[in-house]
Amino acid sequence: MDTAYLIETVIKVVVILLVFSALAGIGTYFERKILAFMQRRLGPMNVGPYGLLQVAADGVKLFTKEDIIPTNVVAPIFKIAPVITAATAFIASAAIPFLPQFTIFGYTVHPIVADVNIGILYILGVMAVGLFGPLLGGMASANKFALLSAARAAAVFISYEVVSGLSALAPIMMVGSLSLIDFNNYQAGGIGNWIVWSQPVAFILFWIAAFAETGRTPFHLIANDHEIIDGFGTEYSGMRWGLFFIGEYANMFFISFVIPILFLGGFGDGSVLGAFALLGKMAFFFFFFLWTRAAWPDVRPDQLMWLCWKVLMPLAVINVVITGLVMMY
Amino acid sequence: MFEAVAFYLFAFLTISMFFIVVTSSQALYALTALAAGMIFISAFFFILGADFLGAIQIIVYTGAVMALYAFGMMFFDTTRAVKEKQGNKFLVVGMSTIAAVLIVLIFSAPMLSTNITALYPSVGDIGNTQEVGMVLFTKYLIPFELAAVMLLVAMISGIVLAGKKMDASLTLMNAQEIAEMKNETIKKALS
Repeated sequence: MDTAYLIETVIKVVVILLVFSALAGIGTYFERKILAFMQRRLGPMNVGPYGLLQVAADGVKLFTKEDIIPTNVVAPIFKIAPVITAATAFIASAAIPFLPQFTIFGYTVHPIVADVNIGILYILGVMAVGLFGPLLGGMASANKFALLSAARAAAVFISYEVVSGLSALAPIMMVGSLSLIDFNNYQAGGIGNWIVWSQPVAFILFWIAAFAETGRTPFHLIANDHEIIDGFGTEYSGMRWGLFFIGEYANMFFISFVIPILFLGGFGDGSVLGAFALLGKMAFFFFFFLWTRAAWPDVRPDQLMWLCWKVLMPLAVINVVITGLVMMY
Repeated sequence: MFEAVAFYLFAFLTISMFFIVVTSSQALYALTALAAGMIFISAFFFILGADFLGAIQIIVYTGAVMALYAFGMMFFDTTRAVKEKQGNKFLVVGMSTIAAVLIVLIFSAPMLSTNITALYPSVGDIGNTQEVGMVLFTKYLIPFELAAVMLLVAMISGIVLAGKKMDASLTLMNAQEIAEMKNETIKKALS
């Protein structure tokens, strides 16, 4: 392990951390603006030009707010829960190729922290670990609503992990590899080679499961909005609550990278155009998260379970079986 | 060098996590430490180059421990310490003796390791996901299939045990039918 590799990796880690923590903040601005426009409001307008500095104001507020640890909570677990959500989101990003490789000052840079040959499994696994954050936060809070929210979190995540895993399995069978770089190279030939054309069912299922894994509307019952409180985050204040937020938004960005790389050609042949195409696809999927939140109500918990076990999972299994049969004959 | 540092770091972390699991009387500490310990174990697979098994370790035990949390939530107030009955003293002595013998065995195992050869050495430049698949579907096919059948049995019996009164689904009823059902249960409770 030579020094250049070590320095390169450290720089990549720092860049990803800085870029995506900042993006998580700006993501909240986008969300408020887009929701406002869809509901015929203006959204944040007062701080800075067009409300752009609202992000900074929010940051100052979160950092300077008193960090309250309520009396009856299990303090160590309560303190560590938001860190789990934020940290695992960034740990999962280690296996995502954000851009095609490029050369800068005669040095070839691979914009992926660790090109492990099990990329997609690693990302799904570590993202699933991130769900311990809401669960632990809710259970340690000594608050009945937070506990209920934690119970819903456990139910949703155990169920939808099955759907995301099974729906990703069919494209994995076609590509014959778990590395996201191999997925990208498999589809490098152009739009006709995209996996979405041969696996439309898997694409839709994975997309739906992505909403559940990031806990977004219409599966936002983890932090049940119509209880008027914030579910597992009820007892949190200041930056600890902010860490839950950063984790959620970072997860949304990362899953918005993973979906195009799996199904929609990723960065294609690796040209500059391909890199911008990947960023564009990412932006669309991120926008779609916000669009859905503006357009759809939450589903009930029993509907959520019914949808997962009686509709999505059988569809995913049938899809895998048919893919296997087609590949054999 | 990095591997040695990583090994000792994760060995220390894993052992201390499982120590908390055994000694803590609070369900939430024990469960959290169990989850952390299970995830730290995957580091050893990554250090040994078995990436696939490492990722599987993370995925499987995340789900398994989360199911344990669900049970913990139902049985205990997880924010309070559980009062434990002091069990059989002989059992404690027996268990610690077995643990001590195990530790001696673990530390003496490297003396034998010079005699160990791989039964199915890795084939070369194919990935370790494929290698696991090849061994699993040739040499160990029967244990693999047996495990699958046992899991199927467990799943079906689980459905049979828990599936009473599951012929009515709230999701498929409309609001009127749900209201009627509610009225009927209230009537039954009152009569």
